[in-house]
Amino acid sequence: MYLGKVVGNVVCSVKDDALVGIRLMLVERLYGGGTVVALDAVGSGPGETVYVCRGKEASFAFKGREVPTEATIVAIVDDVQRME
Amino acid sequence: MLLARITGTVVATRKDPRLEGKKLLICQLVNPRGEDEKGYIIAVDTVAAGYGEKVLIVQGSSARMAAGCKDTPVDAAIVGIVDHVEEER
Repeated sequence: MYLGKVVGNVVCSVKDDALVGIRLMLVERLYGGGTVVALDAVGSGPGETVYVCRGKEASFAFKGREVPTEATIVAIVDDVQRME
Repeated sequence: MLLARITGTVVATRKDPRLEGKKLLICQLVNPRGEDEKGYIIAVDTVAAGYGEKVLIVQGSSARMAAGCKDTPVDAAIVGIVDHVEEER
């Protein structure tokens, strides 16, 4: 899992049936760069710091559905404390 | 999940039987602004995407959860055709 910042969203009208009704967010990875597209499981919005679950486990956020995703926003971060 | 632009197709006569009937496309990775990034991916098409279209690709074992890819030897699948990307910075 990693931290990211929501910087926008992606609109697809033609998509896998399992993705219908799920928002696609553009997430810029913190402390490492790179932008990915992640599904939103928690109702996040632009500017928010979130954490993203990677891999097959990302689909577990949508329990009971087989959603083809390898990146899902599973939490909105309130605060991060770094020791160094 | 990654954004990419379709730049070509791959034809394979001899392949795993579970890949028969599946369209394999060459996808050039792009950034949210549509500019080319380094690297490309060969992905199975599940949404009838065409040449030049911007698409959404799912990678890894999750690709097998795309429509029609269950139990197939696939690690990248196209699961959406991108209409537009809204960036708010």
